[in-house]
Amino acid sequence: MSTFVGIFLYLTTLILVVGLIVRIRRYAVVPAPLKIPTTPAPTTTGGVVLRMAREVVLFESLFRANKWIWIFGWMFHAAMLLILLRHLRYFIEPVWTWVVLIQPFGKYAAFAMAIGLAGLWLRRILVERIRYITGPSDHLMLALLAGITLTGMAMSFAVATDIVSLKTFVLGLLRLELHPIPSDAILIVHLVLVGTLLVVFPFSKLLHAPGIFFSPTRNQVDDPRERRHITPWSTERLSGHRAGGAGD
Amino acid sequence: MAEFETPKLGEAPDTIPCLSIGSMAHSKPYKAAAEHQEKLGFPGELVENWQEKAIDKFGELLGKYRGLQVYMDACVKCGACTDKCHYFLGTGDPKNMPVARQDLMRKVYRRYFTTAGKWLPWLVGAEDFTEDVLEDWYSYFHQCSQCRRCSVYCPYGIDTAEISMAGREIMDHIGVGQKYSNEIIGKVHDIGNNLGLPANALRATLEDLEEDLEEETGVEIRLPLDEKGADVLLVTPSADFFAEPHVDGLLGYAKVFHQAGTSWTLSTHASEAANFAIFTGSYDQMKQIAERIRKAAEDLGVKRIVVGECGHAWRVAYNFWNTLIGPFDFLDQNYPIPQHICEFTHDLIIQDKLTLDPSKNDHMTLTFHDSCNVARASRMGENPGGQFTYPREIIKAVCNNFVDMAAETIHENTFCCGGGGGLLTDDLVELRVKGAKPRMEAYRQVVEDHGVTNLAAICAICKTQFAKVMPYYGFEMDAIVSVHQLVSNAIVFEPEPEDDGDQGTGEDDHGGE
Ligand code: SF4
Ligand code: SF4
Repeated sequence: MSTFVGIFLYLTTLILVVGLIVRIRRYAVVPAPLKIPTTPAPTTTGGVVLRMAREVVLFESLFRANKWIWIFGWMFHAAMLLILLRHLRYFIEPVWTWVVLIQPFGKYAAFAMAIGLAGLWLRRILVERIRYITGPSDHLMLALLAGITLTGMAMSFAVATDIVSLKTFVLGLLRLELHPIPSDAILIVHLVLVGTLLVVFPFSKLLHAPGIFFSPTRNQVDDPRERRHITPWSTERLSGHRAGGAGD
Repeated sequence: MAEFETPKLGEAPDTIPCLSIGSMAHSKPYKAAAEHQEKLGFPGELVENWQEKAIDKFGELLGKYRGLQVYMDACVKCGACTDKCHYFLGTGDPKNMPVARQDLMRKVYRRYFTTAGKWLPWLVGAEDFTEDVLEDWYSYFHQCSQCRRCSVYCPYGIDTAEISMAGREIMDHIGVGQKYSNEIIGKVHDIGNNLGLPANALRATLEDLEEDLEEETGVEIRLPLDEKGADVLLVTPSADFFAEPHVDGLLGYAKVFHQAGTSWTLSTHASEAANFAIFTGSYDQMKQIAERIRKAAEDLGVKRIVVGECGHAWRVAYNFWNTLIGPFDFLDQNYPIPQHICEFTHDLIIQDKLTLDPSKNDHMTLTFHDSCNVARASRMGENPGGQFTYPREIIKAVCNNFVDMAAETIHENTFCCGGGGGLLTDDLVELRVKGAKPRMEAYRQVVEDHGVTNLAAICAICKTQFAKVMPYYGFEMDAIVSVHQLVSNAIVFEPEPEDDGDQGTGEDDHGGE
């Protein structure tokens, strides 16, 4: 079992990392030929950093759009972040103090994450407009996240896992050593679901996470009159296409 | 033209309708004839291997536009945008929800360009590019005015305008173009403006207008054409040359230039600010159309370029010109390049260089419609949001009665007039009327609550659209006015001395020529 889980986690992590690198490279390589920030937009790079920070941390645009989606979505993401940070304790030794300090919050954040997910899922089912745009993969994604949350909660609050040997197993993986994993069905399910999520990430809408940083409507500075915006292919056209024929 | 019912007003502008599936599937603009297609280098009719060609073109665009590439991937189907499009609010057709409009393209993207869609199409909503899908594309990518209201609210800034532009560009390349836009682009190439107004007709029109101006003001106010060595080249939408209320705005520009003592000229070569290629998504066409303006500016030897009241033209000028036809090192760097006519007038008002009598507009109570392309895709002045304050400050300087519409319907939240993005054509009247509903509702509120009598705008498309659709909602067609029409009403000229008719007035006189 340990070997299976070990190899599974190695493979899924590899797919995640390679998949993300390929995707992010793609976003970085494809040029944004024209200035298209959604205005009013910041007129300085510092301003853009702030705008992006507000989007990523507070979900500013979503807040303006729809308070219900915002509250459930933000709750889910914030709780997930806390929980992920809490999980650091399985990866480092000795555990940093701040990671120790957030443990109790991280533990109960699971409820916030579950409520957030439930809220988003209910909206998918109950709100006609959102039901219309929801496909099988959207439900599956929620099911996956809900499965991870619930198995995690089960281990925190119901059937405790042997976290000492779990940690030995995880630290071992980091050093390319194989230690036995607690043969605990819930834990195995939890890890398999997490691995599945890692694989799905670079091939699905989870790409919104890197995507937002490349969104020209959000990451461009509003300074087209002051600074001439040029990209490789627009420049090429500029020199080669002055009076040329139309189209291709 | 199919019969349709004008939506009833009386609800809040953003009231969400029940879904009415397929209710606008019949709405399609006329297709471009072969001659209009071929003139722009596109195939005249649907090519045989259209599917393959379309996918090729799609792939090319994905590699050229980061926005398109990221937006195809990033949508999480959160639904935040679903109630933000005026065409959805006015029609209830779910394919007019921005995310659903995007999905028409996304399902093809997933099928041909993603691993998941190649192997598990049913799971991720991937679909072959069939004739039915193409029909949907033609219908619903021509039910997007590219107003970008959805992009304001999307947590990732997903801009459906970028997607409908790409969709139209792909369709043009397989021979399925839209008559209205492509015919107009052809006219710009042939004659120099959207209306197909030849140089001599333009000259005659301007001379007539000069006579009217002199009759009205007693002052010789000029509308110069092709005058070499003028300081300012004014590029304005050709509607300003004759249609109401546009032309009243043109007279306003002329009066402002005259009183400021700034020498200016129009150009026959660039007698059009509009650039419809932004609507069809054609970078090449957009660049070629913009080139005319650079050429006119160089030939006339002007120092500055000022752009008249036009929404998408201002977007192209403000955001794209520098990329497309810059650098503008031959122009005077002390002024914004290009400058909006509202920036020009606003500066003069701030410097107290205009003689204004706002009581001349006392017969009206105004409200202001923020045009999408000005509000969400460009700027005026130094600071973000100047595009909201400049026109309002001008209106307040020339009118005593001004009221804003509801906050969720102005500034960057503004609702499109319903006629932007290349949809301002009679074959789409149903869509235009229904799409105007949210704006008309917000307008109705200020009419009833504050006695508003007129709606001011700074976009030729908005003005034409409102003149057409306002009567459907029980308002007068001339309730829509140009901002510079208000300036024109309020600006006061003192009679000139007999012997020197060409001078401006007062202490601000800089000689005028
Ligand atoms: S850009 Fe405007 S018209 Fe197009 S989908 Fe978005 S809100 Fe609707
Ligand atoms: S708001 Fe953005 S992410 Fe949400 S459904 Fe609409 S396009 Fe997709």
